[in-house]
Amino acid sequence: MSHLLEVKGLEASYGPTKVLHGLDFSLDKGGVTTILGANGAGKTTTLRAISGMVTRKGSIALDGAELTNLQTSDITRKGIAHVPEGRGTFVRMSAEDNLRLGSYSRSDKAGIAEDMERVYNYFPILKQRRNQQAGTLSGGEAQMLAVGRALMLQPKLLLLDEPSFGLAPLIVQELFEILKKINVQEGVSMLLVEQNASLALDLADHAYLLETGNIVISGTSESILENETVRRSYLGY
Amino acid sequence: MDLFLQQILTGIANGAIYACLALAVVMIYQAIDHFNFAQGEMAMFSTYICWAMIAGGVPYWLAFFATIVVSFVGGLAIERIIFKPLHNAPVLSHVVVFIGLIAIFNSSAGAIWDHNIKTFPSPFPSGSFGGLIGLHEVGMFFVTLILLLGIFCFFRFTRVGMAMQAAAANPDSAELVGIRVGWMLALGWGLAAAIGAVAGMMIAPIVFLDPNMMLGILLYGFAAAIVGGITSPGGAVAGGFLVGIIENLVGTYIPAIGSELKLTVALVLIVTVLLFKPNGLFGKTIVTRV
Repeated sequence: MSHLLEVKGLEASYGPTKVLHGLDFSLDKGGVTTILGANGAGKTTTLRAISGMVTRKGSIALDGAELTNLQTSDITRKGIAHVPEGRGTFVRMSAEDNLRLGSYSRSDKAGIAEDMERVYNYFPILKQRRNQQAGTLSGGEAQMLAVGRALMLQPKLLLLDEPSFGLAPLIVQELFEILKKINVQEGVSMLLVEQNASLALDLADHAYLLETGNIVISGTSESILENETVRRSYLGY
Repeated sequence: MDLFLQQILTGIANGAIYACLALAVVMIYQAIDHFNFAQGEMAMFSTYICWAMIAGGVPYWLAFFATIVVSFVGGLAIERIIFKPLHNAPVLSHVVVFIGLIAIFNSSAGAIWDHNIKTFPSPFPSGSFGGLIGLHEVGMFFVTLILLLGIFCFFRFTRVGMAMQAAAANPDSAELVGIRVGWMLALGWGLAAAIGAVAGMMIAPIVFLDPNMMLGILLYGFAAAIVGGITSPGGAVAGGFLVGIIENLVGTYIPAIGSELKLTVALVLIVTVLLFKPNGLFGKTIVTRV
């Protein structure tokens, strides 16, 4: 399988504080990869570094094209859709306007309308809420809207930052089933950051374990699941 | 009764101008979180450009629209050249730059076109509407109304208008859907400069053209923005009309104030609203999480 995203020697810092100390990893085309790790390990920062939202060094290449010198909006336009921590919906706008903004960088009207329907198919609740202000949606609905908005970009790669955060278990289950479906049906590759390790390993085929800004373990989800350290520290059995 | 009606109508006409300036101030406030104190001087400079074109023989409406375009480009340039590098600078840096801009525009207008007060032509016929209000005021009201409606439609129905709203509301998320936030801010400056230019060109036949013509008017514009709520463009427009009407009624019916002390009304309004309802009539409370 060819690599969609190739990351080499990635360092990131907030002001004088270095958070990532040279990460090397790659993502397979069509695959789901997860980054596991404790609070403060640098999971969110890794995603923010890929999207150009923090100061970073090293090399990030999407389909062989270097992204490190681009600003966030241009990285997005290359096909990386980032669903940020806390969802980041435009709360004063309607759900449908949020989705429409997701397709901001596209100009194919017919394709946009088609994708809007596709999103509504994956998340029927959004169709009911289409004219409602995004700020009035429930947590689960807002997360679905954020994922839907990201899909409107027709991304090659979806970055998901803690999609389960603050959601009821049933909603989480529903959301992850839909994510699985999107991965299979649309062929969208995903990079998932999750606190809930068993949930993440269930969806992902590859995993990296991050500890204080360094990758300490990597492998297929099955091999990670069998790893003693991971099981004790992150799965709790 | 006639006097009352007269004052209300004049208030609405003046209010339209204040509404424009307030809208311009709010647009820039949403982009950079600061009041653009130089908004009035920018508008004054635009008005001079229009005057120079008309004096050079350009027909009024051609000069009018050319000035709008020039002001738009000028506003855009000010953001790209001056404010972009200041993006993360503290408040005081911004204030100093605003004062600098005021001085630059004010002095260069005086230096280029001298400080003498000039008459500015009105595109509307002289005379009055039923003896109540001058035809220029009526025309001014409709020009600004068309402008405000245009701006509303631009923000509500166009792709770029939506993107500008998104960029102001949540810059991070806007970048994440591919909106180039920096350019949206510049566009906001351009639009604000253009709106200010229209206000300047419309009010100039009434207050006459000189480098200090916008000082008082901008104060009313600030009052309008604060009364309406600095976070709400619609509120700023409503605030403009409200301030215009209050200013005229107070000036007419409270002899102690009269037309001499009318400007104080703006300051009293600013202080009162900030004391008792800091978010204005239509603004939203801003909660910052720590």
